[in-house]
Amino acid sequence: MAEAKPKPKIKKEAVEMPKQAPKERVKNFNEVALGYTEAQALEEAGRCLQCVKPQCVSGCPVEVPIPEFIKCIREQKYGEAIAKIKEKNSLPAVCGRVCPQEEQCQAKCLVGKIGQPVSIGRLERFVADWERENGFQMPEKAKPTGKKVAVIGAGPAGLTAAADLAKLGHDVTIFEALHMAGGVLVYGIPEFRLPKKIVQNEVNYIKKLGVDLRLGYLIGRIHTIPELLKTGYDAVFIGSGAGLPQFTDVPGENLGGIYSANEFLIRVNLMKSYKFPEYDTPMRIGKHVVVIGGGNVAMDCARSSMRLGAEVCLLYRRSREELPARKEEIENAEEEGLVCRFLAAPLRFIGDEKGWVKAMECQAMELGPPDASGRRRPIPVPGSEFTMETDTVIIAIGQTPNPIIQRTTEGLLVNPKHGTIIVDENGKTSLDGVYAGGDVATGAATVISAMGMGKKAAKAIHEYLMNKK
Amino acid sequence: MRRRSETYKIVTKKELAPKEKLFEVEAPDIAAKALPGQFVIVIIGEKGERIPLTICDYDRKKGTVSFAFHEVGKTTKELGLLNEGDCLENLTGPLGNPSEIKNYGNVLCVGGSIMIAPLLLQVKAMKEAGNRVTTVIGARIKDVLFMEEEAKAMSDQVYVATDDGSKGYKGLDFLKEVLAKEKFDRCIAMGPVVMMKTVSDITKPFGIPTIVTLTPIMVDGMGMCGVCRVTVGGKMLFGCVDGPEFDGHQVDFDELIHRQRLFLPEERVVSELWELEQGGCKCGRSKA
Ligand SMILES: Cc1cc2nc3c(=O)[nH]c(=O)nc-3n(C[C@H](O)[C@H](O)[C@H](O)COP(=O)(O)OP(=O)(O)OC[C@H]3O[C@@H](n4cnc5c(N)ncnc54)[C@H](O)[C@@H]3O)c2cc1C
Ligand SMILES: Cc1cc2nc3c(=O)[nH]c(=O)nc-3n(C[C@H](O)[C@H](O)[C@H](O)COP(=O)(O)OP(=O)(O)OC[C@H]3O[C@@H](n4cnc5c(N)ncnc54)[C@H](O)[C@@H]3O)c2cc1C
Ligand code: SF4
Ligand code: SF4
Ligand code: FES
Repeated sequence: MAEAKPKPKIKKEAVEMPKQAPKERVKNFNEVALGYTEAQALEEAGRCLQCVKPQCVSGCPVEVPIPEFIKCIREQKYGEAIAKIKEKNSLPAVCGRVCPQEEQCQAKCLVGKIGQPVSIGRLERFVADWERENGFQMPEKAKPTGKKVAVIGAGPAGLTAAADLAKLGHDVTIFEALHMAGGVLVYGIPEFRLPKKIVQNEVNYIKKLGVDLRLGYLIGRIHTIPELLKTGYDAVFIGSGAGLPQFTDVPGENLGGIYSANEFLIRVNLMKSYKFPEYDTPMRIGKHVVVIGGGNVAMDCARSSMRLGAEVCLLYRRSREELPARKEEIENAEEEGLVCRFLAAPLRFIGDEKGWVKAMECQAMELGPPDASGRRRPIPVPGSEFTMETDTVIIAIGQTPNPIIQRTTEGLLVNPKHGTIIVDENGKTSLDGVYAGGDVATGAATVISAMGMGKKAAKAIHEYLMNKK
Repeated sequence: MRRRSETYKIVTKKELAPKEKLFEVEAPDIAAKALPGQFVIVIIGEKGERIPLTICDYDRKKGTVSFAFHEVGKTTKELGLLNEGDCLENLTGPLGNPSEIKNYGNVLCVGGSIMIAPLLLQVKAMKEAGNRVTTVIGARIKDVLFMEEEAKAMSDQVYVATDDGSKGYKGLDFLKEVLAKEKFDRCIAMGPVVMMKTVSDITKPFGIPTIVTLTPIMVDGMGMCGVCRVTVGGKMLFGCVDGPEFDGHQVDFDELIHRQRLFLPEERVVSELWELEQGGCKCGRSKA
């Protein structure tokens, strides 16, 4: 680790990653960020100080050995670099693209104190992409243990838990409700941020590990958890995510042209309606789209809408400072033409004579004292009503866990307020042999935190299985 | 349950009426859990839509489920071209809540057009639960009416109705007289939305609890997208997870009719394109 002395002079600016130009990319669904070339990766890797007590690692929820893998890049040993990362993170091609690095690993990077931090995410992406082009190495698998584990949901949490459990020698079956594996990675995050083929690659890797992937299995309906435990599964991991859309409860919400973010994204991403009519699932979008919300989901809806040819206005009830979306995504969206309208919320949707939305009555907000989430609470300003014309509205104000599993599993303790499954620090639920992790336990969070919980739970499940006679 | 990956092979194809077909499909895991009132989502191919169809029979021993469909748009027309031995890309189910089947006493079951098939599954279950069952089957015209014999075999009384009066009663108005004469404890209506609305309007003054199966547009069918939202008793509910059966006297049918048509122009586009394609190339697709 204490290899070379730090270079005498460190460039303050990170090496930029090439991107499609805004005017071009807003017309297609191809990936926006193009990735480093080898020369760029080597240059950026050269900016790392190889700290002896690396702070960056503590910023990463799964503690990727960052200086070590960067050192491998410098030595052009990319295969070793990826092996280092995969010790902790089984989906680096995904995390390198969608991790909020600026709040995690990179927020703690020492170089960040004097200039821009080392682009850890971009480097991670570089080696993961290198591996995809140069062939995967299958990890060693432990001898079969004869134990069977059911994993519910093929999102980042479920995929990670399944991979780790399979490597430990267990017989793993994933039950995924949709007809495609990946969770939010395939139905939510759009192609231009995370190409589906990358997710597909990760899924293929997991299948190669011997995991049996059942698509179209909604647990709670086709089998329940008690049934799985009774019919031969020794343990269950629940990674069913937070897929239930929230609506505003504002009058007029059932008019035509009003979509939940999930409906919009599922149509556009999972069902590929941006390729309609080549693909059968339709999507109707007007000229003027209003997206209500301010998180990553709202940004993805806004940027997808622009690619479908609409002018988009984001309506957010707090101010720019409170926008929960990643800064990089907000910048990308604004470059592509997004207009933001802060401190306003809808009061009612107004329809035309045919039952389609044509306008929204809104109300201005001001910020009061901080609420439970620590952000300043928006307060309506009396007499500030105004009307906005629009022909499409996308509601992106949050998701909660789907209650089907919770309702069909007796004895499973659930947080009554948020609908999340209650777990201990190892992901153990109130039921013996049943573990949970990811958004279903935390509420909507991040890919890397879901993966981290999948990993922890896999370890705990392994211990549970090996101690059970 | 340990069977590796299902094939969803079509084992029986029946023509019920012109453009109305019934498939029996191999899906042992679904067959093991299916109950009357539930539905499946069918995906025909990689580029296909997800379409919901009501389960109209299941055979737990054979490991099959059946559904009947009316060829209305691209997906159902394409489905109609498949034959015994062909496989579906995916079948997801059973979805939705099962019907409440118990001994109510005297039950009236009304089925319209393609939904006659799944209605008869309920008739059978209601009969087995000890009810007296009166069944009404209806269709647009007599040529598309099917399963009359089956209905007669399993019900205590059967009425037939058509929109144009070409067979049996003309329209459903006759039900008012039936209800005036006989007391019913429960009514089940499955069919086109307009028909379910009519039935609900007829039973309401008689105070007969009326259960309707709503068919809003669906995408996932498991509570993720909210496109299936319906207003029942002034509350927003999801057709797929809160239903598909609801209290017919509380449903906002007009909103449902409007929301069912939201994608009509787009559906016409795919359907017409597809038909052009079919006309242009007679060789490949239809494996008949
Ligand atoms: C549009 C969008 C953009 C996002 N952008 C980012 C980002 O840029 N960076 C980031 O870090 N995070 C982002 N997130 C959050 C991140 O995607 C999630 O936190 C993460 O995917 C959670 O993983 P999970 O495995 O817990 O659940 P999910 O990814 O939700 O997967 C759950 C899976 O379980 C399946 N399932 C549900 N119920 C059942 C059942 N009963 N039986 C069987 N299967 C079931 C679902 O179909 C789904 O496939 C975004 C989220 C969204 C919606
Ligand atoms: C819970 C549920 C159960 C259903 N059960 C059956 C069944 O057992 N048999 C059957 O034939 N159909 C059933 N339907 C309707 C069936 O799903 C649609 O007919 C089918 O999706 C049409 O697909 P398409 O691509 O062929 O037609 P599209 O091109 O999508 O549509 C063609 C026409 O059908 C109408 N339509 C589209 N979706 C629906 C819908 N969900 N309900 C009613 N009309 C629709 C459109 O307005 C349009 O007029 C059910 C629907 C639901 C929600
Ligand atoms: S997984 Fe995410 S947080 Fe961890 S090092 Fe990689 S990019 Fe940073
Ligand atoms: S903190 Fe920054 S400079 Fe130090 S090891 Fe981590 S990435 Fe390199
Ligand atoms: S069909 Fe998507 S929530 Fe019901």
